[in-house]
Amino acid sequence: MTLTETRKPYTPKEAVERLRHGDLGAWPVVGGLIAIAIVFQTLNDRFLSPENLTNLVLQMAATGTISLGIIMVLLLGEIDLSAGSVSGVCAVVMAILAVRDGWNPILAIVVAMLAGALIGVLHGVMFTQLRMPSFVVTLAGLLGWLGLLLYLLGQGGIINLPFNGFIAGLSDTWLPPWLAWLIVVVLVAAVGGSGLAQRRQRLAADLPVTPAWWPMVKAGGFAVVLGAAVAVMSADRGVPLLLVIFGALVVLFDLVLRHTVFGRWMYAVGGNVEAARRAGINVTRIRIAAFALSSTLAATGGILAASRLAAVNQGSGGSDTLLMAIAAAVIGGTSLFGGRGRAYHALLGVLVIQSISNGMFLLSVDSSVRYMVTAAVLALAVGIDSLARRGSAS
Amino acid sequence: MISVKNVSKRYGAVQALQEVSLDLRPGEVVALVGDNGAGKSTLVKAIAGVISPDSGTILVDGSEARVANPHDAQALGISTVYQDLALCENLDVVANLFLGAERRRWTLMRHISMERSARELLTSLDVRIRDIAVPVSMLSGGQRQSVAIARALVGEPRLVILDEPTAALGVEQTAQVLDLIRRLRDRGLMVLLISHNLADVRAVSDRIVVLRLGRNAGEFVTAETSQEAVVAAITGAAA
Repeated sequence: MTLTETRKPYTPKEAVERLRHGDLGAWPVVGGLIAIAIVFQTLNDRFLSPENLTNLVLQMAATGTISLGIIMVLLLGEIDLSAGSVSGVCAVVMAILAVRDGWNPILAIVVAMLAGALIGVLHGVMFTQLRMPSFVVTLAGLLGWLGLLLYLLGQGGIINLPFNGFIAGLSDTWLPPWLAWLIVVVLVAAVGGSGLAQRRQRLAADLPVTPAWWPMVKAGGFAVVLGAAVAVMSADRGVPLLLVIFGALVVLFDLVLRHTVFGRWMYAVGGNVEAARRAGINVTRIRIAAFALSSTLAATGGILAASRLAAVNQGSGGSDTLLMAIAAAVIGGTSLFGGRGRAYHALLGVLVIQSISNGMFLLSVDSSVRYMVTAAVLALAVGIDSLARRGSAS
Repeated sequence: MISVKNVSKRYGAVQALQEVSLDLRPGEVVALVGDNGAGKSTLVKAIAGVISPDSGTILVDGSEARVANPHDAQALGISTVYQDLALCENLDVVANLFLGAERRRWTLMRHISMERSARELLTSLDVRIRDIAVPVSMLSGGQRQSVAIARALVGEPRLVILDEPTAALGVEQTAQVLDLIRRLRDRGLMVLLISHNLADVRAVSDRIVVLRLGRNAGEFVTAETSQEAVVAAITGAAA
């Protein structure tokens, strides 16, 4: 007779213990999102309207993608202050190639992303070989790439992307309902199927498993959230392609971080560099890769932003782009101290920030207040992170 | 069997090791004791390939072996658990056990295979951790030390070197780790234990090798020796 072990639900005492150790999961952020939705909906009943929610999704794709890149360096306990400037300069490279030089737009996008990767490798090499603190390397990057952006734009200062061109079309493409629902069905089936398959494999290997209903509940919850989102957006113009691109990137990087050796080593380097080195991990290579990913994703975010604006100008990737991307990563739950964070934190964090900014805009609140509220949320998130870190160190 | 023969090492004006010899046999715990600066760490580093001695040889099963770097030592089946554990506190037990040696298919990790082996390994060592899916930061000091020792076994070594494994632990956790060391011996491993704590050494070792000022200063069979004799050898007082 085989006795199958099950993972028991946590007792209240263990739950408190996990809280103290910073194992909060995504629940505080989800709670915050619900609170934000209730507050703004009470103050202005257009907040949760399909049109506004679709706008919100369009607004968050670019910042969210940059934020995803920021998470890659935060995981190592480093910082990338250049992401905003890099997103701008790469968007300008794309615009110059596609509009002025008349390249194939897809080719222009690929070259711009490669430029981003090269910039990231440069940052990584300066960090690992010259031993410059990442803060300084990327601060130099922030100024330097902004300078290059202004130089490339020259006197004109703006390049318009044709409205009916491929690049601008990216942000004005909407999925037909049948395709959106097909994607929902496929994703839910993938989540449920992999959950059940994993459970079966664990049972076969005699490992403790969660109760059988748990993967079903998980898939069910996922289906409800995804279905609601698609239903709302279909009531307006449909699911924007921009969201699909951002979502696909989040899913891709979540899988890479959780299931590949590279992802495991990222966490190891962020958790304890010395331990990683002694375990034979090539720390230098991981660090350069993280900076390269950050800048490549920044470039991608810059391209998405340019597509939405249908132009690049001297303000591309400027003003608060970088700060919002970093704030989103941290609010989403990624630790500034390295070793803790997930790809979907970019999605959650940018949802929070964009909801606040969108809601305040609807209420015609001055942007001064918007900054202060965002700052308060950020301070709260970092405060929770610091407390959690102290808890886990004790 | 692994033997160290007449190893010397000089750091500038300091003769850290002079003609030191040491024999390690399967299924035996050898304790290496001595005062600060007696050369314990230098000897361990020489065996682990972290430093290369000026003269002397390391014999593995009677034939001379080259231990020029930690990689060579690993290839010979020599595994070291350092005092500062070198665990990633943000990763769970399984991830720490297989760190740098992840089982994979292409680049995808084989989570289930690793978790299963981890459970088997920990069970065979009688290490009790309620949930091996929690980050190491949530474990007690004794559990962490046990994970660090278990990790040294993942590569199936012949010799495990333990550097002050009980230094930071309380009474109960020390007992746990000493039990674990006995189980390593029962598996037929060679164990080299560096310790300042003579009570621990008496409790768990079969032989005691004393170093003093970089030289061999006595070798005792633990069961037939009084603590005073060992202390006398450490301090150099006439016994």
